[in-house]
Amino acid sequence: MGSRAVFGSAMLELASQRDDVYVLSADLIISSGLDRFSKAYPDRCFNVGIAEQNLIGMAAGMAHDGAAVFATSFAPFVSMRAGEQVRVNLGCMGLNVKVVGISSGLEIAHFGNSHYGLEDISVMRSIPNITVLCPADGAEIIKVVFAAAETRGPVYIRLTGGANTPPVHADDYEFIIGKSIKLRDGNDITIIAHGAMVYHSIRAAEILQNNGISASVVNMHTVKPLDMAAVDEAALKGPVVTVEEHSVIGGLGGAVAERKSTLKNAFPQLFIGLPDIYGKPGDYSYLLEKYGLTGELIAKKIMEFLCQM
Amino acid sequence: MNNIFDEARVKTMADMMRRNILDMAYGCGSGAHLGGGLSVVETLAVLYGAIMYFDPSNPADPDRDRFILSKGHGVLGFYAALAQAGIFPIELLETFQRNGTDLASLTVMNINLGIESSNGSLGQGLSMAAGIALHAKSREKTFRTYVLLGNGECNEGEVWEAVMSASQFKLDNLTAIVDDNSMQSDGTSERIIDMSSFSEKFEAFGWDTASADGHDVSSLYCAITQRTANGRPKAVIAKTVKGKGVSFIENNRDWHHNRLTKSLYEQALAEIGASR
Repeated sequence: MGSRAVFGSAMLELASQRDDVYVLSADLIISSGLDRFSKAYPDRCFNVGIAEQNLIGMAAGMAHDGAAVFATSFAPFVSMRAGEQVRVNLGCMGLNVKVVGISSGLEIAHFGNSHYGLEDISVMRSIPNITVLCPADGAEIIKVVFAAAETRGPVYIRLTGGANTPPVHADDYEFIIGKSIKLRDGNDITIIAHGAMVYHSIRAAEILQNNGISASVVNMHTVKPLDMAAVDEAALKGPVVTVEEHSVIGGLGGAVAERKSTLKNAFPQLFIGLPDIYGKPGDYSYLLEKYGLTGELIAKKIMEFLCQM
Repeated sequence: MNNIFDEARVKTMADMMRRNILDMAYGCGSGAHLGGGLSVVETLAVLYGAIMYFDPSNPADPDRDRFILSKGHGVLGFYAALAQAGIFPIELLETFQRNGTDLASLTVMNINLGIESSNGSLGQGLSMAAGIALHAKSREKTFRTYVLLGNGECNEGEVWEAVMSASQFKLDNLTAIVDDNSMQSDGTSERIIDMSSFSEKFEAFGWDTASADGHDVSSLYCAITQRTANGRPKAVIAKTVKGKGVSFIENNRDWHHNRLTKSLYEQALAEIGASR
């Protein structure tokens, strides 16, 4: 299943357990994987039409008494078109809205820059009170949905990855907001990633291993609040590589760098992510190749980086 | 409480509110949104003095009617209404626009003080009110949600997004009041964005409407309370005068946000029939 279908299934399960959960969408019920949800819970699923500003405002109103209200649309629309509504209703008022940015990063492929989620983390994490969660695979999307519902306050959930994002967690685990997960332990460098890039980072670590470089891989599913201890541990041990399907400005790389800059003996950092441009569209695998976000290309960049050090 | 319309009492409340407004604006020692604050006085006196249900000793009462001040710039009138309604002590008004205050230049959500939302960024309150009303329907709650919009604020596109949704979701438990003083920050609305007839616009989107003289408490009371449970949200267009009650503030864009000097304060008090 793709990320949106998993999200829809998770919402069905959540709604079966709690009656104070609502979903609003801006004419993207079906695209958000919520078709079954809307039929199962017609009195808890509302379509506000193509009106993202009102989407956030109405979600905030529905959450005014504490209900958990999930609001979905494409990542740039919820984070930027409705950015100020998010700031006022979620940031300033701290209302219990869970904004879901679907198809973030490059997954929407041929739709191009209007629909890509390139800057959503940067916007969301700069707004006080908002927790930013970027699940790495289907199992983690389910955990994130439940964790978000259990958290009293605003959350941004960023969905990435294509139709068949491979699982990155071999075993079940406890998901804790703000507590990263070390998926692979290595001695030389640490790769910190989130969302669909966790899988590609593991692939990169395998390739590096074959080239004599031992890499840790950390799934930083929570960009805010950032797991400072994990960043400190990585940055004091060796070089840090951040990998994200987001602009290299203001996202995970920026968040890690902000923390690292406070450390006295931190190693340097390599930022891998999307460049500060609006490029041409293509299919998802073409885009990942073009921007060097496959396991092979991530490994190659890391080896070049280590050579220069 | 409320649900009884005592015209004389509501008029007295409005008079007291105007006095509170001038005291706050002068007392804070800096500029304040006097024009919009004075135009909403009667509307808020009617809502808080005769129409809305609330328990002054328990502002978080889950059954309370909700009020959203979408035109956050109407704070002077709003704070005065909350104080006159007994939700917080009159003395708290002295903290208006002081450093670190809860009574800021534009509202900051504080349920214990009866402030349901943070406003000032215009055009957002109707969406929130519609969300509250939709949630109330979903929970089969019988309270009503009121929201006060400014005419200038209705330039914002989000207002009309919310207008469409409120109609679509059949929110007949929602009342929007447009404080139509025909002015906005830069001057007369006719010369900036001429919104023409608000009634026609709301009706075109499937709302019930009523018009009122926004400084006549009986007219407001009738317009706001006449309603039918027909699945339509209700819009009341309250025709008002920006800065109502003080000659040099009325219809004067310079007083959208300005500072009262001692002599102007004294003149204003005299004009509203209050003594120092």
